[in-house]
Formats: sequence, C-alpha cells, structure tokens
Amino acid sequence: MSVLELANISKHFGAIQAVNDVSFSLEAGEVVGLMGDNGAGKSTLVKMIAGNFRPSHGTMHLEGKEIVMHKPAEARQHGIEIVHQDLALCNNLTAAANVYLGRELRRGVGPFRILDYAAMYKRAGQLFAELKSETRPRDLVKQMSGGQRQAVAIARTMLSQAKIVLMDEPTAAISVRQVAEVLNLIRHLRDQGIAVVLISHRMPDVFDVADRVIVMRRGRKVADKKIASSSPEEVTGLITGAIEQVA
Amino acid sequence: MAVTLDQTIAQKQHTFLSRLLANQTFWVVIAVVLACLFLSFATDSFATSKNLFNITRNVTFVAIVALGMTFVIITGGIDLSVGSVLCLCSMVLAVTMHAGYSIEIGILATIVTALAIGAFNGVLIAYVGFPPFVVTLGMLSVARSLAMVASNNTVVFQFGPDHQKLLALGGGAWLFGIANPVLYMIILALITGFILRWTKFGRHIFAIGGNEHAATLTGVPVKQIKVAVYMISALSAGLAGIIQTGWLGAVTTNLGTGMELQVIAATVIGGANLAGGVGTALGAIVGAALIEVIRNSLGLLGINAFWQGTFIGGAIILAVLFDRIRNFRRSD
Repeated sequence: MSVLELANISKHFGAIQAVNDVSFSLEAGEVVGLMGDNGAGKSTLVKMIAGNFRPSHGTMHLEGKEIVMHKPAEARQHGIEIVHQDLALCNNLTAAANVYLGRELRRGVGPFRILDYAAMYKRAGQLFAELKSETRPRDLVKQMSGGQRQAVAIARTMLSQAKIVLMDEPTAAISVRQVAEVLNLIRHLRDQGIAVVLISHRMPDVFDVADRVIVMRRGRKVADKKIASSSPEEVTGLITGAIEQVA
Repeated sequence: MAVTLDQTIAQKQHTFLSRLLANQTFWVVIAVVLACLFLSFATDSFATSKNLFNITRNVTFVAIVALGMTFVIITGGIDLSVGSVLCLCSMVLAVTMHAGYSIEIGILATIVTALAIGAFNGVLIAYVGFPPFVVTLGMLSVARSLAMVASNNTVVFQFGPDHQKLLALGGGAWLFGIANPVLYMIILALITGFILRWTKFGRHIFAIGGNEHAATLTGVPVKQIKVAVYMISALSAGLAGIIQTGWLGAVTTNLGTGMELQVIAATVIGGANLAGGVGTALGAIVGAALIEVIRNSLGLLGINAFWQGTFIGGAIILAVLFDRIRNFRRSD
C-alpha cells in the first residue's frame, strides 16, 4: 500500500489554474524528485500536501485513509514534515533549541513546567549521530556551516515518527561538499523507511539520489518515471516542453 | 584520528570562562565595580550608606521598566511609550485613591490600565502590522495627555484613607534596611530571568527575535506572544509607577518624561540587541546601575551636571562598540 496517494488534485487561485488534475502515489522508503520550471506548480502541490493550501478538487489518502487538512500543524500530526527552502532556523538559538522549536520538551507537574534542556540536548545529539552529521546540539546555529544547518532542519523532521518528508530546494545555494552531505542525509531518511519528496532544480542531485522523477509543466504532471529508465536530457526536454509528455 | 562522531557531538565548544569573557553583561558589571571602587577612594561621600541607599533606590525605577522592555527588545520590537505609561499609571493610582478608594482598588485599576495599554499596542503591532516604533510613539503622546486629563494637570499628593499604606509600600525598608523598591526590583528580575531561561514562552520570545518567519513556520504562536510582550512592558511601567508614587508621595504630569530613552539605554548597555534575539534580566539591571553610577559620580566629583548626557551617551556607544569589535574578530 502506498504511504500517500493523490488522486486528481487540482488547485486554482481565481482564474489561475496552478495545479491541474495531478495524481501520483508515494511508497515508503522512496525518494521522488519533483521537477519543473518556475511556476510549474511544484510549490503549490507541495503546499497542499503540507497543509498550507486545500485542494480545489481531488482527494489525498494517507495509508489508505482519506485526509483533509486545514493547517500545517494537522499535516505534522499525520506524519508529514517539511524542510523549508530557507530552513526556518533561528541563528540566535542553539541547534537543539532549533530542532525542538515549537514543540519544546518540558518537565515538572501541572502548570509548573520548565524546559528540559538535558533531554533536548541528548535527543538532538542522537538525531545528529543518526544523520552522521558533526553537529553539536549546544552550538549556536549562527556559527554553523550550510551542511550542519541542513542537518538541524532535517533532524526536526525526525522528532516524531514522520512518514513523509517534503524537501523544498535543499541543495540550492550551498557548496559542492555540502550538497553531498545533504544527499547523504536524504539517503538516511530513506533507509529508515521514510518517503522523501525532493523539489529541486538541480538535475545531478535528483539523478544521484532519487528513485523516481515526476516532472510538472504548467500545472500538469507530464512525466512519472523510474530514474533508471530516464535521462537528464529527457527530463530537460519535459521541463521545457520540447518533449510534450511521456507515459 | 581516534575522535568518533559521538565524541564530536558531545563536545562542548565553550568553557564557562570563554562564555563569560564573551559576555557584554559581564564587562558592564566589571565597569560598575571598578567605577564604585574608584569612587570609594576618590571621594569621601560615595561609600556612605546614605549615598548607596540613594543610588540603589534611583536605579530601581529605570531597572524595573528595563526588565519589561527587555522582553520587547528580544522580540526585535521597541516600546517608546513606557515613560508616559508610567505617568498615566501613577496618575490613575493617585486619582483613584484621592477619590477615597482603598489602595487595593487603586492598584487594581492601575494594573488594568497598564495591561489595556499594552494590549492595545500589541494588537496593533501583531495583528494589524503597525511598526512598533509608530504605535508606541503615538501611545507616548496619548498616555501623557490622558494623565493630564485625569488629574486636570494638577499635582496629586493626597491619597485618601490609605495614604500611609501607599507611602510605606514605596518608601519603606522592611528588610535589612534595603529600600523597598530595591526588593521589588530583585524579585521582578528573578521572575524575568526565570521566564527567559526556563519557560517555553521565553524560548519563543528569543525565536521571534532571531527569525520571526521561522518561528511562524514551526508553529510558534507569534502574534499572541507579541501582544503578551507589549503587555508585560506596559505592566512593568505600571508597577514602577505604583512604587514611584509611594516613594515620591506626589504625582505630577511630567513624571517619567524622557524615561523611555534611559530605559532603552539601560537594556542596550546591559547587552540587549535592538535587532532582536539577545537580552537578559541581569543585563537590564546592570545597565541601569551603570547609568546611575555615572550620574551619581559626576555629582560627587564636582563635574558640571551638563556633562551627564555626554557621559551616558558615551557609555551607550562604548558598550555597543565592544560588541561590534567582538563580531569583527569572529568574522575574520
């Protein structure tokens, strides 16, 4: 059974049809590259999965059950996590504080509860170790490299038992070595049985790490292929419209 | 290389000492201590119990308001209305008690006034999207004017049946001869420090100052928290107003004029960053203390009072300069 199944999803803003009749499914432990030019509808599609927008038409099924989400917090409860393009980190806080931002651990009784620093440092450290990232929970994010910052943002998605992680352009604007680190982080998520949707403009990254590629153009899905049976040239053609559509 | 990943992750990069030395508040404490030592030797009148009593008591009003301001500044906001709000709150207390109500009712009315003003500021800033500077600048004018309306611009110095209770509240010294305002300041500082360090609310305040957009995306209730910090700021001004009324024994409509600048100066000298994300309770107190010590020492050393502004302004710039120098070194 697929983790997530989208059926005939459409979204229009007034007269603008941002996403038009898109269907696809995600399997556990699968990395899917979502590609397309600017304005192709990738972000809108991902925002619907993350609970930011509600689809105008169509249905979503999570592990066979239909879900309707009104806000991002509900998507989180369903086990859908997102890594934002700008990572959404606070430079003035420690790595652990960022990982737990918005869901801090506390100890104590009733209304007298204080932040549980020790537990948050410990768990954040475990998550960084799982990600094989040299990131210290007590360090300020301000002093961190791009790869470490990515690790902090990704560790956030591992706090709860995430089923799906959506990643919005995680490799834009970071160095070559850091791109390799991020791709490794994605493989770690996959190895834990998490389905990853990777939105990217970078062809090499998608072909390096993804199992499948979905190409969108003008709000429609124009391709959904195994990476093994596609090529960067074909995907480029699909993105630009030089190739109309493939089965 | 025998260093494992786990060891790297577990390593603490900063020792206690290195963190202390990198802390602006620490250096301001040193400056205050050195100034006090110098003055004790240079003048006969500094280290007298009467002078120290005066200094500590004078520090408290600015310091208490600075504690509230610290919350606002950490979120990256500013509250220019505190001086006027202090005046309005003092006046509400004075007028209510003058009309024959008890001290409890007077204090209740004052606190309600403060919270209402804070909520008004906060809602316009958080929900309507006004810049904090503009809203609180408007409130600076409104609150002072309302204080004049409430008192018909007269001096109030009779506080009805509970007159003595109010004077004892602000002017007394019931513990080891420490002035009451100082005790209130210490209690409020401890509460502030606790909230900032140990509560989810405190953590979220720092997050908003660091990256408001990120705080929103991760589910921090940004708008509610912003309203809360402006209410805290106004409340601290209200509390300072109550205490100051009891200490002075009279309220005029120019009480707290220009105080907002002293308060902001104290928080900045103490290490808070006007860009948001940084600030401590201790910093607010020592910042206020440094300003007061400078003022006091100029008088004792026989330097013309006109120089006060120059020295205090110099201290503000110097404190922030140290911070800049550290940042330059870090970016090298």
